[in-house]
Amino acid sequence: MNERSGWTWEIWRWPVVLAVLTTVGLVAGLFSDGGFGDALAGLCLAIPTATALWFACLKR
Amino acid sequence: MNGTALKRWSWIHKWSSLVSTVFMLLLCLTGLPLIFHHEIGHLLGTEVEAPPMPAATPRVSLDHVLQVARAQHPDRVVQFASHSEDSEDLWFVTMTPTPAPTDDFRSVVVDARTGDVLAQPRFDEGFMWVMLKLHVDLFAGLPGKLFLGLMGLLLLVAIVSGVVLYGPFTRKLEFGTVRRARQPRLKWLDLHNLLGAVTLMWFFVVGATGMINTWADLLIKYWQHDQLSALMAPYKGQPIVQPAEYGSVQKSLEAASLQAPGMKLSFVAFTGTAFSSPHHNTFFLRGDEPFTSRLLQPVLVDARSGEVSHAPQLPWYLTALLVSQPLHFGDYGGMPMQILWALLDIISIAVLGSGLYLWLRKGQPAAATQSEAAILEEAEVQT
Repeated sequence: MNERSGWTWEIWRWPVVLAVLTTVGLVAGLFSDGGFGDALAGLCLAIPTATALWFACLKR
Repeated sequence: MNGTALKRWSWIHKWSSLVSTVFMLLLCLTGLPLIFHHEIGHLLGTEVEAPPMPAATPRVSLDHVLQVARAQHPDRVVQFASHSEDSEDLWFVTMTPTPAPTDDFRSVVVDARTGDVLAQPRFDEGFMWVMLKLHVDLFAGLPGKLFLGLMGLLLLVAIVSGVVLYGPFTRKLEFGTVRRARQPRLKWLDLHNLLGAVTLMWFFVVGATGMINTWADLLIKYWQHDQLSALMAPYKGQPIVQPAEYGSVQKSLEAASLQAPGMKLSFVAFTGTAFSSPHHNTFFLRGDEPFTSRLLQPVLVDARSGEVSHAPQLPWYLTALLVSQPLHFGDYGGMPMQILWALLDIISIAVLGSGLYLWLRKGQPAAATQSEAAILEEAEVQT
């Protein structure tokens, strides 16, 4: 892993965090029917969605 | 990564994206209303609801329900019968000219308590039907499905190659940077990278599960060949059992339910249809837990005798298909999940649209802007 190749923790930290959150959200929703599981799924998918909207539309 | 590798990945990303983007845009756009198909159905008045009655109201037999449905369309056969997703007070009976798969079907909704016909909604016309057909098979049947599956595969290649390119193209930028003040193309390149990175996992999962869904028809055919053909040996040379020859379907349902206590009926596939055999009515039962409700236990019942012939475990490839469906549809987790699914879908449209814009603007997306050219040149120096 080096900076030139583009595979550094600095570059991939946030994409990896968001990908893990998305995975947790997708799986949590599969095993739940209301309650904590659905709330977790919603939160985990809301964070990447909000991140995209924040940087793309709101942040100047 | 050296310059040659970077150019190779750029080429893969460009062409896998270019070939699939128009179709992916179509799928994202048509998928948007499909996320809310229940709600749109309510608004359009096409959703059927059972009139309220006490919970203990007795139910008519399934044989009676089928008789009522057949009386509406005496020239058709019953392919499937199922309860509504939300209520066991309704039976949906699907009727077609023959047991073969077709788009020419009629649906009869029968009240499970009274045996009254409540509605005959047409699912094969109108705006939502057009959206569904464009989304599923481009009005081209199995070839259309498989074609879209191939486009889904190209999308996955585009996502993987996009991941490889993300590092070299963003390594000098803080996460989330969008260079708005400079040329528009740079802004859209940053947006493409940012939105692509944020939706990476969701888009990959929805793309992969969509691709798996395009293989559904083939997987079911393989299942019939793989697991059901051995069961057919005693019936060799016999024609498809006709409805007039059926024993009691209600008793068959009860016999099937005894095979899997605690499970509920998902749907019944009658003789000769794609989900059954020529000699069996197959009862697909589902669990009642959130996850197991997605999985099905088929129970094949001899159509004439009403005796259970076989209750095979669903093979792994059909289990994978069934698990992949909610991950594609987003139809779990209620309205908040539907809204998030729609927002992520819109963000994916932005990723696709920005990629297309980057290519159209210069014609050479991989090396068109100063920054991209610099990245390639710098990589070249390293080789």
